[in-house]
Amino acid sequence: MLEKKHIGPFPKAHEARPGYVREAYREGRHTMSKMLMIYPDRCTGCRNCELSCSFFHDREFRPHTARIHVASWEEEGFSVPTTCQQCEDAPCAAVCPTTAMHEDAALGRVAWDEAKCIGCRMCTLACPFGAVVYETGKRRILKCDLCGGSPECVAFCPTQALEYVDETDAVRSRQKAVAVGLKKSFEEVQR
Amino acid sequence: MNGWTGLILRVNLSSGSVVKEALDPAIAKKYIGARGLGSYLMFTEADPAVDPLSARNMLIFAPGPLSGTNAPSAGHFDVVTKGPLTGTIAASSSGGIFGPMLKYAGYDLLVVEGKAEKPVYLWIDDGEVAIRDAAALWGMQTAKTTEMVRAGTDEEASVACIGPAGERGALLANIMNEYGRAAGRTGVGAVMGAKNLKAVAVRGTGAVRVADADAFRKAMLNACTKIKNHPVGGGGLRAFGTDVLVNILNESGGLPTKNYRQATFATADKVGGESLSKQLLTRPRGCFSCIISCGRATRVTNPKYAGLGEGPEYETAWAFGPDCGIDDLDAVTKANYLCNEYGMDTISLGATVACAMEMFEDGIITLKETGGIPLNFGNAEAMVEMVRLTGEGEGFGKKLAMGSYRLAASYEHPEYSMTVKKQEMPAYDPRALQGIGLNYATGNRGGCHVRGYMTAVEVLGNPVKIDMLATEGKAQWVILFQNLTAALDSTGMCLFATFGLGADELAEMLSAATGVPYTTEEFMKAGERIWNMERLYNLKAGFSAKDDTLPQRLLKVPLPDGGAKGRTSGLKKMLPEYYSLRGWDASGVPGKEKLAELGL
Repeated sequence: MLEKKHIGPFPKAHEARPGYVREAYREGRHTMSKMLMIYPDRCTGCRNCELSCSFFHDREFRPHTARIHVASWEEEGFSVPTTCQQCEDAPCAAVCPTTAMHEDAALGRVAWDEAKCIGCRMCTLACPFGAVVYETGKRRILKCDLCGGSPECVAFCPTQALEYVDETDAVRSRQKAVAVGLKKSFEEVQR
Repeated sequence: MNGWTGLILRVNLSSGSVVKEALDPAIAKKYIGARGLGSYLMFTEADPAVDPLSARNMLIFAPGPLSGTNAPSAGHFDVVTKGPLTGTIAASSSGGIFGPMLKYAGYDLLVVEGKAEKPVYLWIDDGEVAIRDAAALWGMQTAKTTEMVRAGTDEEASVACIGPAGERGALLANIMNEYGRAAGRTGVGAVMGAKNLKAVAVRGTGAVRVADADAFRKAMLNACTKIKNHPVGGGGLRAFGTDVLVNILNESGGLPTKNYRQATFATADKVGGESLSKQLLTRPRGCFSCIISCGRATRVTNPKYAGLGEGPEYETAWAFGPDCGIDDLDAVTKANYLCNEYGMDTISLGATVACAMEMFEDGIITLKETGGIPLNFGNAEAMVEMVRLTGEGEGFGKKLAMGSYRLAASYEHPEYSMTVKKQEMPAYDPRALQGIGLNYATGNRGGCHVRGYMTAVEVLGNPVKIDMLATEGKAQWVILFQNLTAALDSTGMCLFATFGLGADELAEMLSAATGVPYTTEEFMKAGERIWNMERLYNLKAGFSAKDDTLPQRLLKVPLPDGGAKGRTSGLKKMLPEYYSLRGWDASGVPGKEKLAELGL
């Protein structure tokens, strides 16, 4: 937490970046896209992700309209944050009749264009993760936009239960954990 | 308003009326919120002589102006009422998300008055407020109650409820929220039970706004960094929980053992935070907006004490552990789970069992009375059974449910009760930590460590280390801590934020959030005002200087062991200085000048 470079004043909305990331990947050039990785085993259920999300986007604290949500089983002491997975073949984009919901290759995300949106809510029906919400009061879509490439929830997570990492690095800590387990059992067998 | 929502929700259970009234900004500024604003309402509206368990007592649920923001660890609220265990004004703090939810629903305070004819629960769904029948919930434990209330309202609702102990009027009953969070002390659960109020469920979908988002962000980041860089706030508490204190206090010779007979316990390590993390911890948990995560999700697999839930924290591990001469962590944790389920304060119940154990060993309480259970120090099985009996209201548990003072007094031996103003003292021996003794004695809700946490300076060296055995200069420290804590509690912050933060950072966040410029001095002055107001309430309730004392054992019997061996509490030396520095007269009554200075 708090190690992210942008911490300080609110970061300015990022300009659209040249669209090289996914295309580059497809063309075989080795530029990796980043992804928001969730580690439920590290989550304490504090919901700072919801708070920072709402504060960044709306300058107020309203977990109800945060783009990330934490489901908790308090008795078992288990919590899982869920948010938009930024799908490659995104059902919300596929179902959108106006291309308001579209792939933003530059940031490896599914983006929403307010000007094109007709408020049909098809995206909310299509999303298998329940990560797209339409807010009638403000006539807008509530969906994770990765804060333009520097997610606030990640910056404010006190236990690194959320990380924004190269997609090939995302599972490295889990791979390592498996390796550690294997190492232990080998050591026991050798003993 | 910013920070504050500007609304007070009043529910009268006798008449069924629900009224929303505006919060006076001038009063809000003066008393901040939570404990301060709640105490102000008690002071101005509730008769201090009222019977705590009568319909005329008020029960106030009070988050603070920072609750609901992402100020670090600002998820707290206070339950303010007249406590039946002590007869003093009571502000019992709890974390979880209940406080912030009340804010998102639109309220700075929920004031419950009167008494329902039959068991009810309250359902606050943003602006909609309903008093609902709770006949089917009566008698249920807290986890089941939470589950059932959510099933009948909303699965995301936050539920604060009482267990069977509160229903029966046990004087050490608490109010539980989010399964493992407790407004623990002074018997607030019995007040809820006396009102026939089983639970309060709240769901808020609104926003908490701050006056200056950029300034707030800056202040909040500064505060986060300071906590993160603090060895306790940013490391120790998450790794080992508050239970890390067991070994520290044991080494300091300040760990009350066997009902304060000793101050060291040879096998204390077995119930310490390091053992807890190694054996039972599933993962650390954090209350809403917390970056510290001292909460312990634990699981006991030992079939004798199997279960899962939250805890134990330090005071709990001490009360059911060393104070009872017990070093069985599984049993201690099981006792914690049972307390959560029945809705009972772990400190008071653990210390009451310890008191009963000593009286049993001295032959005052007999096997016949305990129902054949040998209640010796160190008997873990007996301790767990006593907790269960108290929760069920059966056998000897009926006596334990009234707390150690009434228990010991019923045998005409009140000297066995380690209480101040009839509330059990927590886990720091005043013969070793002289300052905390002064804090216990002057505590305005009875024996309590979180009114002025002198352990911070006397043992932990936060922000500086002072000699714990000295009496000189302690009065000043105690007053500083009491005032700071009163102000901090009133913002909705958790006390543990002081492992990193002081009045400067708190005042800065509060100013940015509310738009009311608080200087550090004004912030501290508000704390002093709240402390004095609570004092005035207690004086009107019949308390006087003679109640500002400690059990005779601490004043007269020298410690037999540890670093403070041979010492007694120097309260008599410290108390007159305390009164004088407070601007109170020799009989502990705030002087006219002081009251005028504070605008009381």
